[in-house]
Amino acid sequence: MNRLRALFSGREMGIVGALIVVVVVTTTVNPSFLSAQGIHDLFLNASIIALLAIGQTVLVITRNIDLSVGSVMGLTAFLSGQLFINDHGTPVILVLLAGIALGAVCGAFNGALVAVAKVPALVVTLGTLYVFRGLDYGWATATGVQQVNADQMSPSFLAFGSGSLLGVPNLTILAVVVLAGTAYALHNWRSGRELYAIGSNPQAARLAGIPAGRRVFTAFVLSGSLAGLAGVLHASYFGTINASVGNGRELAVIAAVVVGGVAIFGGSGSVLGAALGALLLTTITSALPILGVPAFWQRAVDGAALLLAISLDRAVMLRLATKLREQRSASRA
Amino acid sequence: MAAPAHPPTPLLELRAVSKSFEAVRALREVSLTLYPGEVHALAGENGAGKSTLVRIIGGEHRPDSGQLLLSGAPAGFSSPREAQHHGVAVIHQEPTQFPDLSVAENVFMGRQPLRSGRRVDRREMNKRSSELFAQLGVPIDPLRPTRGLSIADQQIIEIAKALSADARIIVMDEPTAALSSLEADRLFGVARKLAEGGAALLFISHRLDEMYTLCDRVTVLRDGAVVAAGEVMADIDQDALVRRMVGRPVDQLFPQREATTGDEILVVEGLTRTGVFNDISFSVRRGEIVGLAGLVGSGRSEVARAVFGIDPHDGGSVRVRGVELPAGNPRAAIDSGVALVPEDRREQGLILELSIERNASLARLKAVSGKGIVSRSAERSLAREWADRLGLKSGALSDPVATLSGGNQQKVVLGKWLATEPSVLIVDEPTRGIDIGAKVEVHTLLSDLAAQGMAILLISSELPEVLGMADRVLVMHEGRITADLSKNEASEEAVMYAATGSAA
Repeated sequence: MNRLRALFSGREMGIVGALIVVVVVTTTVNPSFLSAQGIHDLFLNASIIALLAIGQTVLVITRNIDLSVGSVMGLTAFLSGQLFINDHGTPVILVLLAGIALGAVCGAFNGALVAVAKVPALVVTLGTLYVFRGLDYGWATATGVQQVNADQMSPSFLAFGSGSLLGVPNLTILAVVVLAGTAYALHNWRSGRELYAIGSNPQAARLAGIPAGRRVFTAFVLSGSLAGLAGVLHASYFGTINASVGNGRELAVIAAVVVGGVAIFGGSGSVLGAALGALLLTTITSALPILGVPAFWQRAVDGAALLLAISLDRAVMLRLATKLREQRSASRA
Repeated sequence: MAAPAHPPTPLLELRAVSKSFEAVRALREVSLTLYPGEVHALAGENGAGKSTLVRIIGGEHRPDSGQLLLSGAPAGFSSPREAQHHGVAVIHQEPTQFPDLSVAENVFMGRQPLRSGRRVDRREMNKRSSELFAQLGVPIDPLRPTRGLSIADQQIIEIAKALSADARIIVMDEPTAALSSLEADRLFGVARKLAEGGAALLFISHRLDEMYTLCDRVTVLRDGAVVAAGEVMADIDQDALVRRMVGRPVDQLFPQREATTGDEILVVEGLTRTGVFNDISFSVRRGEIVGLAGLVGSGRSEVARAVFGIDPHDGGSVRVRGVELPAGNPRAAIDSGVALVPEDRREQGLILELSIERNASLARLKAVSGKGIVSRSAERSLAREWADRLGLKSGALSDPVATLSGGNQQKVVLGKWLATEPSVLIVDEPTRGIDIGAKVEVHTLLSDLAAQGMAILLISSELPEVLGMADRVLVMHEGRITADLSKNEASEEAVMYAATGSAA
C-alpha cells in the first residue's frame, strides 16, 4: 500500500483526477468516447508523445531541455521511408534500430555541445532544431523523395504500427516498457539519482564528485534515441511521411512534461507524471471536438492546462516551504 | 596533544603552492603539513587565502605551481571526485545541499549503498543516516526533503557526509559559524574522535577560543602567504596569534569616535515575516551606528531586506522620520532616504560587466538624465566625485567593475548608494572578503558618515567589527531579537550568548 502510494504521489493523482473529469464529461456528451475502440485510440495517440515526454523529462530533471526532438523525429521518420525505398523488404527490427541509432547520434551532438562545450541547452537545441530539420528537407530534395506512402513500406512494418497484442496497441506496450525501464533507472540507480542531484543544485553536484557532464550527455543521448524511435513509430502508424513530420512537436512535449509535474528548473518530477501529462493533453485534444469546441481552440486549451499546472505547482510549493520552515522552528523551540 | 617528536609520514603535504586569479595572487608559495591524528588550525583574516587553499585541497582548483603529496607520494586532484577518492572530505562554509532530495540522499549522493542489481538500497541508506545523526547527536529525519532545513542542520548533513565517506583528510571550513555552543561542542567531540582514529583535520574558524580548545597546531595565512607554519598551539598566545593574522594591533582597526546622536530616524516596530523573523522592533538615531549581530541564518539580512522593501513582510511597520514606508517597495524606501548595501556585492550590489561609472549611477539615474535619456557626462562626473571621495583605486572609470579588487568593488557599491544622499544607511557585511587596508578605510568612512549625522545599521558576522564600530548592538537568534546591548554592555561573550540563544 505504501509502495503504491509512493508510486502515485500527490501530483500523479492530480493528473489522474483531471483525466477522469475530462473522460466523464466527454462520455456523458458522447458515450462512444469510452468505447473499447475509443480507449484504444486514446492510448495509441498518446504513446508517441509519451515516449518523447519520457526522454524530455530525464533532461529537464537535470535542468536541461531538448527543443530538437521534433526535428529528430522528422529525420528518423524520413529515414524509415528511405530504407523501404531502397529495399522494400527491410526487416522491421532493422528500421527500428536504425531510427534509434540516428536519434542517438543527434542526441550525442546536442549533448557534446552542452556537456563539453558548455553552451546552454536551450540555445544548442534551438539551433539543432533548425539544423536537423534542414538536413531533413535537404535529404528529401537531394533524393527527390518528397513523400513516402504506405504502399512503399513493407506490410509487416505497417502492421507493427497499427497492431495490438491482447487488445493493447503495440505502440502503447512499447511506451509502457520504456516508461517502466526509465522510471526504474531513475529511482534505483545511482546514476539516476545523480540526475536529480545535478538539476537540484549543479554546484553541489560537482562538489559531491558527480560526473555531471557525462550524466547530462547520456541524458541527451537517451532523449535523442527516444525521439528517433518516435519517428519510426510515427512512420509505421501513419503510413505516410514527408520531411515535415514532428514539426512543432517539441512544444507539445514540454507542455506534457510540465503538466506532468516535472519542475522546469530541474531536481524533481517523474517520468510517470510526464507520461500521464501526455495522456491528459491527448485526451483533451480528442475530447474537444466531441464537446463541440472548434478545433482552433485546441492549442489555447493546451496552453491553459499548462498555465494552470504551473500555478498549482507554485502554490503547493509555497505552502510546502512555509510548512517545512514552521515544522523546523517548532521542533527547535 | 603536541606534535610527536618523530613525526610519521604526513597524510597530506602542500609544498610551495601558488595560485593566482587573473591579477590577484591568492596564494604565494604556501606550505602545509597534516599529520595523522592531529587537528590543525588554519587561521587568517577574510581574504587571506584560506578558501583558495581549501579549494585546492578539495580538488576544486588546481595550483599554478607547487606540489601536493598524499602520504608522501606526489598527487594532484583534477576534480572534487578525485579528491574524494583519495579520502579528502571538505565541509564547506556554505552548505551545499540538494534541496529537492531527501536528507539521506544528500548524505550518500554518489556513494549510495547498493543491493542486488546495482539498485540503491534505500532502507540501508536511511538506516545509516539515522545512525550517523544519532552519533552526531542531532536527530534529523533522513526521509524529509532538505529544503527548509536550518543552516545548522545543513552543516550537520555536511559532516555526516564526511563521516559516511570514511574520509582520512577532513577540512572543516568554519563549521561552527552557524552552530549554537552546544552543537559546536558536539562537533568538537566528533572531530576529536576522528583524529584519534588516525584522520587529519584542518579546522578553520574565526573564533580563537575554539582553535585553542580543539587544535594541536596552527598555520596562519596573511595576504596569501604563510606567516606562521604549523606552530604548536600551546606555544603561541592569543595576542601573538591575532598579530600574525592581522599584521598590526587590533585596536587600530576601528576609528575612535564619540557618537553624538540625535532624533530617531529609522523606527521598526513589530516587523514580522512568518517563518523567517518575528516581532522585530528597534530604532536607529541620527549619527548612530547600530550593529546587528547574530549567527548566519538568524535572519539579520532578511530583516534588512524587509526594512528596505525587497522582501515583503506580514506585519509591523517601518517608519523613516515618522513616515511609514509601504511594505515591499524599495523605490519608496530609496525616495525616503534609505540605502541598502547588500551582503553579496557580486550578486546583488554590482553589475560586474558594466563600467564603474555605469554602476555608480544606477541608483541615481534620474539625477543624471534629462528627459529620460542618461547623460554620459553627468554620469561620469557623479562617478568621478565619489571615486575621489572614497579613494577608489582603479584604472579608467569606464573599466568594468569586475576588474577591481574586492575592496574597491565595495567602494563602488558604497559610492552608488551614498550618491543617493541617504539619511539611513543599511550595510550588510561591508567588509567581507576585502583586505585589511580596505577594511580600515571602510570603517573610517562609516564612522565619518555617522559623524555627519547619518543613521547606520551595520550587519556583520565579524564580532570584532560589530563591537568596534557600533554604538549599540542588537543580537538576533532564530528570527528574533534576543538582546539590545549598549556599547559598554556589548562584549564578545554577551553577544555570543544571545546569538546562540543560550538560556539565561
